[in-house]
Amino acid sequence: MVEKTLPESVGSICKKYKNSPDRLMDIAIDIQHAYQCVSPEIQLDVAQFLQMEVVDVQSLVSFYSFLTEEETGKIVVRLCNDVPDKLAGMEAVAAALSSELGLDFGETSEDGRFTLLHTPCIGMSDQAPAVMVNEIIITSLTPESARKMARQLIETGNPYKLVKEFGDGRNCNDLIKSMVNNNLQRRGPVLFGGPVTGRGLESALKQTPEEVRQIVKDSGLRGRGGAGFPTGLKWDFTAAAEGEQRYILCNADEGEPGTFKDRVLLTEMPELMFEGMTIAAYAIGASGGLIYLRGEYFYLKAFLEHALELRRKSGLLGKNILGHEGFDFDIRIQLGAGAYICGEESALISSCEGLRGDPKNRPPFPAQKGYKQCPTSVNNVESLCAAARILEHGAEWFAGFGEARSTGTKVLSVSGDCEKPGVYEIPNGITLFEFLDMCGGREAQAVQVGGAAGHLIAPAEFGRRLTFDDLATGGSMMVFGPKVDLIGVAVDFLDFFVEESCGYCTPCRAGNVLLLERMKRIQKGRGETGDYEYLADLANSIKGTSRCGLGQTSPNIVLDLLRHFRPLLEAKIGDQDRNLRASFDLDSALKDAERATGRKSVYNQEGK
Amino acid sequence: MTDSFTINVDGRDIQATKGQTILEAAEAAGIYIPRLCHHPELKPHGSCRICTVIANGRSCTSCTQPAEPGMEVQNNHPQVEMWRKQLIEMLFVEGNHFCPFCEKSGGCELQALGYRHGLTATQHPHLFPRREIDATHPDIMVDHNRCVLCGRCVRASRDVDGKRVFQFVERGPEKRVAVNSDALLSRTDVDLTDKAIDVCPVGAILPKRQGYIAPVGAREFDHTPIGTSVEAGNGSLEV
Repeated sequence: MVEKTLPESVGSICKKYKNSPDRLMDIAIDIQHAYQCVSPEIQLDVAQFLQMEVVDVQSLVSFYSFLTEEETGKIVVRLCNDVPDKLAGMEAVAAALSSELGLDFGETSEDGRFTLLHTPCIGMSDQAPAVMVNEIIITSLTPESARKMARQLIETGNPYKLVKEFGDGRNCNDLIKSMVNNNLQRRGPVLFGGPVTGRGLESALKQTPEEVRQIVKDSGLRGRGGAGFPTGLKWDFTAAAEGEQRYILCNADEGEPGTFKDRVLLTEMPELMFEGMTIAAYAIGASGGLIYLRGEYFYLKAFLEHALELRRKSGLLGKNILGHEGFDFDIRIQLGAGAYICGEESALISSCEGLRGDPKNRPPFPAQKGYKQCPTSVNNVESLCAAARILEHGAEWFAGFGEARSTGTKVLSVSGDCEKPGVYEIPNGITLFEFLDMCGGREAQAVQVGGAAGHLIAPAEFGRRLTFDDLATGGSMMVFGPKVDLIGVAVDFLDFFVEESCGYCTPCRAGNVLLLERMKRIQKGRGETGDYEYLADLANSIKGTSRCGLGQTSPNIVLDLLRHFRPLLEAKIGDQDRNLRASFDLDSALKDAERATGRKSVYNQEGK
Repeated sequence: MTDSFTINVDGRDIQATKGQTILEAAEAAGIYIPRLCHHPELKPHGSCRICTVIANGRSCTSCTQPAEPGMEVQNNHPQVEMWRKQLIEMLFVEGNHFCPFCEKSGGCELQALGYRHGLTATQHPHLFPRREIDATHPDIMVDHNRCVLCGRCVRASRDVDGKRVFQFVERGPEKRVAVNSDALLSRTDVDLTDKAIDVCPVGAILPKRQGYIAPVGAREFDHTPIGTSVEAGNGSLEV
């Protein structure tokens, strides 16, 4: 039955996006929704409608984890397996889900109703363990509530019925209706300091684009995604580059494990972000804007679309914005589909163009040749919100918060072993001691600053400050209490990087696999003393030669363990028996021969 | 002429012109920078990372980085050498390379790079991935075991042959080269004479019935290491 109607419907999906190959992401996502897959047969149809090569369709589909060539169940249950979720009891929840649904992870039920999967950080680390049931988010699970949830799903087949209570703030909005909580623990003076007035945009339009860029430069605002590049300078480069069109892209991909502050900004003040984007558009002369919204935040899409529509109706988007002759600008939302790498700005651009999320070679930089080869500025959600506040209150006001080279405030996402996980807006420059006091995590044996790609900080360095030039963070702060197995954390992080590498360059594609292999070996007690040097050389090579930020940062966790937590590794590796190589696993080496001969080896008969 | 300037590679001043990459400028001056994914007739890819150098204190791939006036480049440098060895080893262990009986032995650029850098065995464990062989085409065989994901075939097919026979699919360690058809290579419009077939640096894409055609001793890298011809050129002195 489905087969018959299939080509037509795929055709209408393609048509909805004008059969345009650069909208292949949207087309593939819609098809996945409708058919639970983008099968090789469907790919042939899509290629025909879009007049492109089928292998290019396959290239995109096989890249994103939310797109599948094989049919999934009608309901896909994706349990987040990031480190904070594990600390919060994810394993027991996983067992409960698995037994109740009668599925192992990675399996689809025979009746085609359910698929059970793990997924990396979904941006709910402060209310872990959390799960995505199709696009519905269920948080703060226990084994009991997970069982109940699974039974309900089996009974009703409707994920929407799982949400009984709504979260705080605008999570109860008719267009969100989610049980997700903001957990906004601390409102700072800049972003969360007051209502969104729209005065930033009004003030911007009274000045020239150059003046607006100068104000942002004067404010000292640096990119809030973690890299800390001066926002005003980025806008200068983009404005100065040759191009018929210019674009402003908002990075709402927020995939760094343990980061969820943009989720709260998107929920509570999307108007401020849109205002910031519009100001940026004016400042660089952009006529088009895109928000790259991670697939995990699909539940916010209708709400954001509505907010955009309201702005169009109020003359804040569209032609001659606020009566400013010739200032035309509009925004569309580009949904992602489960790929951490798309948070990297050039990979994000690839994805927006309907391609697999490979980062691009630099130069040229996005400011010169970005989206569709046009000058493009990619800015983080928080940076754009800050820019709107700067235009509202002035550069001096903003620079009055924080420190000289790290002005303003920073929004942190706090998770792990602390009393008050959630979102904090703090002035830049506080020490880790102050931070831990604030969130109730003084017991910490370590803090992971900046997510899996960041740094593992030991107590001896808790006096260090959260600034761009000391401890830079895109917002993720994971607190690890005394019981956390940090070698296990490293294995989890590396596992994540292997899974999320785009595979373009050798060191990241192969090197991370080798780092993971060696760390797992050490975890099992099979490490050797030579492993310290091996790991250091390998980590150094991956960092030094990788093409983008992923491989340039993925070895950090290993280097941090080597530098600051060496006793933990030494305890696992221990003193070596001179006659035995710990890395050699005799049992597994004998296994095949024992099976073939049908008897135990002498070594095993003697009881070792 | 006015766009000509000087850059310094390992203490030696050489001429470069605007638009040239570091690799091209070095090559014109008779300095060989080891590379694998790069091919002079194809658009730079920057994926194997073997041509990494340190330019003005920062690492970058010399095949993609434009030369700039006054640039200081370290090519022959212990740190760079260590990186290159690691990268070559990584490429060996992430695939299944059977040098002793590979038809490409002696003419294989990966193998030749290994020899040039003095690698006899790898410090990394072999990963032994399970990969496919596609021998459906009457004249061409694709063995993914030996593929190094350099993308030369992808680029050559697209940019030189004007076809779209090859493309990358999947991601991370599962990334591989796929063919553009509903099935295998025999169902594509590939031809034996395609540039895409010719440019494979390893034994992943092989013309059939030509194996071991050159005897040991007469193969491309049997007597001189890879890069010798570049170094013999010595820039302006080249005849």
